[in-house]
Amino acid sequence: MAAVIPDHLNEHHHGPSGLMRWITTTNHKDIGTMYLLFSFVMFLSGGVMALTIRAELFQPGLQVVVPELFNQLTTMHGLVMVFGAIMPAFVGFANWMLPLMVGASDMAFARMNNWSFWLLPVAAVMLIGSFFVPGGATAAGWTLYPPLSIQMGMGMDLAIFAIHIMGISSIMGAINIVVTILNMRAPGMTLMKMPLFCWTWLITAYLLIAVMPVLAGAVTMILTDRHFGTSFFNAAGGGDPVLFQHIFWFFGHPEVYIMILPAFGIVSQIIPTFARKPLFGYASMVYATASIAILSFIVWAHHMFATGMPKQGQLFFMYATMLIAVPTGVKVFNWIATMWRGSMTFETPMLWSVGFIFVFTLGGFTGLICAIAPVDIQLHDTYYVVAHFHYVLVAGSLFALFAGAYYWLPKWTGHMPNETIGKLHFWCSMVFFNITFFPMHFLGLAGMPRRIPDYALQFADFNAMATVGAFGFGLSQLIFIVVVVKCVRGGEKAAARAWEDADGLEWTVPSPAPHHTFEEAPVFK
Amino acid sequence: MNLSGRLVLSGSSLIVSGSALAQSRFNFQEPVTSVAEQLYDLHTLMLIICAVIFVAVFGVMFWSVFKHRKSRGAVAANFHESTTVEILWTIVPVFILVGMAWPATKTILYMKDTSSPDITIKATGYQWKWGYDYLQGEGEGIRFVSNLSTPREQIEGSAAKGEHYLLEVDNPVVVPVGKKVRLLTTASDVIHSWWVPAFGVKQDAIPGFIRDTWFRADKEGIYRGSCVELCGKDHGFMPIEVHVVSEQAYAQWVAGQLAGKAALASN
Repeated sequence: MAAVIPDHLNEHHHGPSGLMRWITTTNHKDIGTMYLLFSFVMFLSGGVMALTIRAELFQPGLQVVVPELFNQLTTMHGLVMVFGAIMPAFVGFANWMLPLMVGASDMAFARMNNWSFWLLPVAAVMLIGSFFVPGGATAAGWTLYPPLSIQMGMGMDLAIFAIHIMGISSIMGAINIVVTILNMRAPGMTLMKMPLFCWTWLITAYLLIAVMPVLAGAVTMILTDRHFGTSFFNAAGGGDPVLFQHIFWFFGHPEVYIMILPAFGIVSQIIPTFARKPLFGYASMVYATASIAILSFIVWAHHMFATGMPKQGQLFFMYATMLIAVPTGVKVFNWIATMWRGSMTFETPMLWSVGFIFVFTLGGFTGLICAIAPVDIQLHDTYYVVAHFHYVLVAGSLFALFAGAYYWLPKWTGHMPNETIGKLHFWCSMVFFNITFFPMHFLGLAGMPRRIPDYALQFADFNAMATVGAFGFGLSQLIFIVVVVKCVRGGEKAAARAWEDADGLEWTVPSPAPHHTFEEAPVFK
Repeated sequence: MNLSGRLVLSGSSLIVSGSALAQSRFNFQEPVTSVAEQLYDLHTLMLIICAVIFVAVFGVMFWSVFKHRKSRGAVAANFHESTTVEILWTIVPVFILVGMAWPATKTILYMKDTSSPDITIKATGYQWKWGYDYLQGEGEGIRFVSNLSTPREQIEGSAAKGEHYLLEVDNPVVVPVGKKVRLLTTASDVIHSWWVPAFGVKQDAIPGFIRDTWFRADKEGIYRGSCVELCGKDHGFMPIEVHVVSEQAYAQWVAGQLAGKAALASN
């Protein structure tokens, strides 16, 4: 890890060196780097699971893995990507960038910040290690629905404890972010002058604090149902399996916004920079983010239309869900209005951002179609849903993460990322992403259920296509490693303001950012 | 088959499939109930609305991407808000959504009306098969278990795969054409879900609880579906097969089933 941050960054650093430096560090930049590295490792692990799934689905019949392992892989792919890759990656961005953006010297609770991070590798070892215990990893789907999850072996218990630990980490991270943003802004930076990334993270942090305990409660109830004779979700003992779904999705729906709101923030930083024009509708962006967050608490049962809820329930959750399209639409319109009559250039971060808007919005439209409760009866638990949430999670969250990484790499490493390789990474990802996931819409419409290791013959062609795309997409991500390694090692020196029209306090400190910044608060005008 | 061969095959069969097959690979299965028909039309309507908005919004974006580039000498304007425009693009989508919600609401109310059925059947999900009990109406008292009938060799690849690979069962559900069938679902172990796409029926089968839904098939034929809620190892191997037959054939089938049952009971 030491290779990632060049030594000259450590000039003001007087703590332990070597491995102990990283274990004991309380520096937000070190911790941010560790979060980002950790999430990338988890991204690759989850990716290998996804490719194994796709290899099995390349042709009808069982060739690569047995159904038991297939179910473990789909479950763990989901858990690893959500809790190991996407969420920690955004926390990494928050750690690195929030203090620089608000002009603070570090995160508010520096030592707690260290602990938030170091809990994660422990959780990851438990989660991934569960593949090797008797019975293997949990195979109940990432949603962990009982009674199936109650049937699982000890892999399920490990997953529950891993979720507890990651939840604690997230809650501590979120508290840190809220306190940093609310208390440590530079003089003159009122809330409505903050960069939008700070706003989206502030709101996301509140969502995390609100819903992570709910998930912890839900999985704890599964744990006691499994081992201590309770019957929260066990019908034989008077429990209700659907109760779990209500609790899980009360966490789960805000969770999807936890994974997308910071992405909105990143894109809202990048578009104005490369359009050379201020962000259109800053205030309405803030209000839209807040509306999405509030609405996210009253739409959870749209994941449960097929459970057979009363018509009043279906109507309420359908209307509430459709409403989310309004603030989300406002955001997309604002980005396009920002680009409108700008003076645009398309460096790698901008390519990823424009790609994000285009493909994420496609996922938004399929979301709207899924929100129509009667249509969802046909689409629920089919590949259409798989396509939908990969459009918003991969083309949404992941593309925005890459956009942000290319945008701030100069600040992190002191060198400009290689444009040619970066663009290659973007175009390969974009093309292969669509080859992988676009056919899944057709599979779902034609009736292929999700989470099956083998399928009827009429689905063979699109599955073969998706598998080819998935391997292309997976290999394309290795290009990113090349970019980052090259960028760390050398390349064109980055100025303090690495991009021509970049705005914000983070661009007033040298590139790479020194180990300690803003020891005296800057004045924000 | 090697990778390139497979790809060429996929490409060519995609082109033919659109017209050659009654069963679309790109859209919902051909509906055979009024509910499925409404869902089909509703989906088409939503798709068209979304497509129009998509083209309009991204038409503007790509126009901007091509015209407002620095390399074409574009100079950045400096506007950054417009209350009128912002209110407009908040209000207009609300009206579009109301237009989408209206037909959807009517369909929900129609789908949820399970009253006065001609026949009531209970489907019970087991790991990993379906059990059926005919509870009311013609055929009352019939009960059987329905298993996947695809041979193991086909799944493992030592035999050629049949036409209805993984979508065929030993004991199909039989219902008369044109009769309202109320379907109760429950399960004995974990949650399953009963789905026949051509009927527009998908209902979770939840242990300890009974849920209901209904269908009235308007066309004789064989319709296939599968369990759609992850239920463990063989989730992918518990299909549903429904034979919709004429009233006469149904009466015959019922007589046969009940006679078989009586013979069993007398032994």
